Amino acid sequence: MNELKHYLAPTSLDQAVECLKDGDVTILAGGTDLTPQSQAGRVKIKHTLMNIRHIPQLSGITLEGKEIRIGTLATITEIMAHPLVRQHLPVLVDACNHFASDQIRNAATLGGNICNASPAGDTLIPLLVLDASVELASMPEAKLYRHSMPLSTFFVGPGKTRRSLCELVTCVRIPLPAEGHVARFHKLGTRPALDISTISIGIAGTLKEGILSNVRVAFGAVAPTPVRASQTEKALEGQRLDEATIEKAAAVARDEVKPIDDVRASAWYRKEMIHNITKRILSHVAQA
Amino acid sequence: MSLKHDIEFTLNGIKRRVTVDVTMNALAMLRDVIGLTGTKYGCGEGECGACTIQVDGVSLNSCLMFAVDCDGRNVTTIEGLANDSEADALRDAFVEHGAVQCGFCTPGMIMQADHLVRSGCCGDTDSIKRGIEGNLCRCTGYKKIVDAIASVSGAQN
Repeated sequence: MNELKHYLAPTSLDQAVECLKDGDVTILAGGTDLTPQSQAGRVKIKHTLMNIRHIPQLSGITLEGKEIRIGTLATITEIMAHPLVRQHLPVLVDACNHFASDQIRNAATLGGNICNASPAGDTLIPLLVLDASVELASMPEAKLYRHSMPLSTFFVGPGKTRRSLCELVTCVRIPLPAEGHVARFHKLGTRPALDISTISIGIAGTLKEGILSNVRVAFGAVAPTPVRASQTEKALEGQRLDEATIEKAAAVARDEVKPIDDVRASAWYRKEMIHNITKRILSHVAQA
Repeated sequence: MSLKHDIEFTLNGIKRRVTVDVTMNALAMLRDVIGLTGTKYGCGEGECGACTIQVDGVSLNSCLMFAVDCDGRNVTTIEGLANDSEADALRDAFVEHGAVQCGFCTPGMIMQADHLVRSGCCGDTDSIKRGIEGNLCRCTGYKKIVDAIASVSGAQN
């Protein structure tokens, strides 16, 4: 039986990863997903509940070399307001702006949105097109060990990631976008607030003299995880963003996704919206 | 037996020590353990905002917060705004504009409006509307609520 027996609120990263060693730990940060999930019985709290909010190393948004580091505990409100993010990563600000409600943005953390691994997670699509990586910490021996993983390989299924039970996500690192970098995000839902995406789309790349390169396309709510769309990326890579390219890429996008029917939309509608909104975003980028 | 934990925090300006179930949310602690029933239980999943409180100066849904996470923090509920001149202005404006009908959303609405006014996030009616997106009212249709908040924040249009 792994019934809840301990509550811990460590104040250092070393203590936290030490606690994670036995693997029977539920991690609490903002609580905006864990509270309703545990109260509705969808998630069972393990032997230990560990509140990581008192660990200073997990907070903050900083420029480290050519990367922006966003601590796992940064709230959506903090990310939206931060000058570094506003200056370099406006596409992430845009997605945060469509995230739930003010009260939830004030509590929800970036690490929580990532580890909750919803196929419709609002921050995940911009993070994917920005080539973000997640840093994980653990203590296999007596020493703290950190390693990084591209976010594009992190998600396994709804609510499932490659984080092992004895690891903690400490931060997200995002390379500073190069000159000429463009990135767009669109969330399609039925109302502007507190909505789970019907679909969401992120597109990024470097635009020079009408040619798009280093293309990144990601879709939310069309697969068991947020996904990169490699065929759509190929259809755009190195191409001039003219009407023919845009139409072709939108058609490839529609054929590439394999969504399901659910309460929010039919698979057919999702595919049509992927087509229409991919086309709309690319047309806006071409005209900008 | 459910696991208990002792916490200490500031509630409406007064230090409190409380023993709570580790899995209990802050809303249940406020209402059922401490007995402050001004904070309302609406949906229990962060959709309606009736349970809005302020923690360390920002508004949160107390139903989405573990009670144990209040430990060491500064918590304000609607009761804590009872003798606060800025909040008095909001309350008077709600009365004057007829922004209260059944009254169930009102504590949460005032807590969120107070947060918006104090953080200077309601310079125009669009930002007020955006700011109260997480608060549902099923009676007045929001116009009177937005007008009441605008009259306090000095928002135009």
